[in-house]
Amino acid sequence: MAVDTTVYKEINGTGGDYYSLISWLGVVLVTGLAAAYYMESNGHVVTGMNNAIVWGVPHVFAVFLIVAASGALNIASISSVFGRTHYKPLARLSTVTAVALLAGGLMILVLDLGRPDRLILAMTKYNFKSIFAWNIYLYSGFFVIVLVYLWMMMERRMVPHAKKAGLIAFIWRLALTTGTGSIFGFLAARPGYDAAIMAPLFIAMSFAFGLAIFIMLVSFTYKSTGRPLGDFILFKMRNLLGVFIAAVLYFTVVQHLTSLYSAGNADYEAFILMNGGIYTFLFWVVQIGLGGLFPMALLFNPATGRTCQGIMIASALVIIGGLAQVYVIIVGGQAFPMSLFPGMEVSSSFFDGAIHPYTPTLAEGLLGLGGIAAALLIVAVAVKFLALLPTSLSDAKVDPGHLKEGA
Amino acid sequence: MTKPSNSIDTTRRNVVKGGAAVAVIAVAPGITLRTLEANAAVKGPIGPVTNAKRWGMLIDANAPEGVWDLAIDACKTEQGWGVPAKDANPSTDPQWIRKVSIKDPKTGAKATLPVMCQHCANPPCVDVCPTGASMKRADGIVLVDKHICIGCRYCMMACPYSARSFVHEDVSGQKPYMPRGKGTVESCTFCVHRVDRGRKPACVEALNKAGSNAIMFGDLNDPKSDIARAVAKFITRRIRSDLGVEPGIHYRGI
Repeated sequence: MAVDTTVYKEINGTGGDYYSLISWLGVVLVTGLAAAYYMESNGHVVTGMNNAIVWGVPHVFAVFLIVAASGALNIASISSVFGRTHYKPLARLSTVTAVALLAGGLMILVLDLGRPDRLILAMTKYNFKSIFAWNIYLYSGFFVIVLVYLWMMMERRMVPHAKKAGLIAFIWRLALTTGTGSIFGFLAARPGYDAAIMAPLFIAMSFAFGLAIFIMLVSFTYKSTGRPLGDFILFKMRNLLGVFIAAVLYFTVVQHLTSLYSAGNADYEAFILMNGGIYTFLFWVVQIGLGGLFPMALLFNPATGRTCQGIMIASALVIIGGLAQVYVIIVGGQAFPMSLFPGMEVSSSFFDGAIHPYTPTLAEGLLGLGGIAAALLIVAVAVKFLALLPTSLSDAKVDPGHLKEGA
Repeated sequence: MTKPSNSIDTTRRNVVKGGAAVAVIAVAPGITLRTLEANAAVKGPIGPVTNAKRWGMLIDANAPEGVWDLAIDACKTEQGWGVPAKDANPSTDPQWIRKVSIKDPKTGAKATLPVMCQHCANPPCVDVCPTGASMKRADGIVLVDKHICIGCRYCMMACPYSARSFVHEDVSGQKPYMPRGKGTVESCTFCVHRVDRGRKPACVEALNKAGSNAIMFGDLNDPKSDIARAVAKFITRRIRSDLGVEPGIHYRGI
């Protein structure tokens, strides 16, 4: 095996641009925390959530970030577990991004609780039959395993063991996303959720969302610090993102086809796919069109797929489409009423039989953005104080024996 | 006098014994007291809570629609969850029990019936609750421990009956036997505070006072109880029994 000559170095981070970025992220984070305080002190009555739509925009952001977190670890996994050495220089950043995204997502989830002050109870009192309780272990385990993995990659004496840590981290992240998907997959009463495909669908989503965020982070960091970023590694990630988008589309098609095939779910499917208003729009236009087909076209069209801007735009679209997808799953799945008496027309003072309306409020959105800011802030601070980023990702450094890629 | 070399020095043993005795004397009253307290907590006037009982209801969906309002009002008064009309916020106000109207679109047949926590034998809310705040007593009553609930609302996602409410704002007029709090989840308790003292739930009592037997309450495990005899005599239906959750509430006439 060739000797690894990659030089990792902290970013300079002393200029006005860096501090202005940190300040902006800080402002968004503090605004999110203030929004959470406002929600907690007034009660959830100041949100758009209600007794029918019990999980709303904060959960969309939280689940998106948690899913993306395990996906962001992929670059590290691919290099350690699957031996793709050209990704190795980015493995350190990949692990830090994964931890940061998970922290941001969990921050939102915890601050949205009715009683966030009782978080200690969630750590001390467990109902082992609850998938939520399993997730508490999966999430805390993820932090520990991924940070140990990072340490092994950074500590010279430990480098030989990093591959094993990477394998454990890879298996753990699959379990984690399975757990997140199963939060929905295990809900037997709701027609939009009760399906085993939720777990693999969430895994495919994590691959795409996590990589899209990672590509944007790498491109932005390298452009703004003036470090060389060659086309080779960028195009490799582009190809991978294209495959992951296709995987998400595939599982989405299977998810809806399976559901359509069962006559009992026809009404729910008609709601999402045809007459669900905002949910139908978000599904077809934002999730499938803007967040799936269009970015694939951008990535694989030579005119756009060979430019950094084209790849960045495609990645941004995947993120927007991803948020729409999670919104359709979480909110759309609740907006459609559960059937108390299948085949009967049902009505009541508690929204039975009716599509449940949901209008998110500003506070919910700000809390969600606060979580994203927290994640980005962690990455921004980490790259300044830790030697995470290679000084160069030029083609010659990443893959010396490789000629410029043709496609 | 010198001891034989093989004799055992019992001084240390006696000290240990003495210490143990002192410890028992010191700790035992505390344990006894705690045990007595614990017994008092689970043992109401009608005896300890065991799975020998299975509390349940039989609701007659053919009863005149007006009686359900009596039941709902009685529940609000008993448990303190009603909101005055002027402050009402229908999408977020709690509803422990609600009136549901159903209509068969093919035949036009209609019925109105109350729906509340169905006190399932296999409650999905209890399965999903991360902290164990959602719990099922041995006698089948499903409750939320408001002191452990962290307000994640996963139970509300899991409940097939939309039987649970999240407390969206500060509450007032709480009853001493029914703690409630902003940020926690709540639902019908089968009036556990009354049942443990041998009384019927407030809704049932209110209907009985008005001369209606539209909601029957009792022990489904006791073959001699009115409810057990009634469910043995008539075909009854439980809502979404296809989900296998084994609700404790039976309906007639749907």
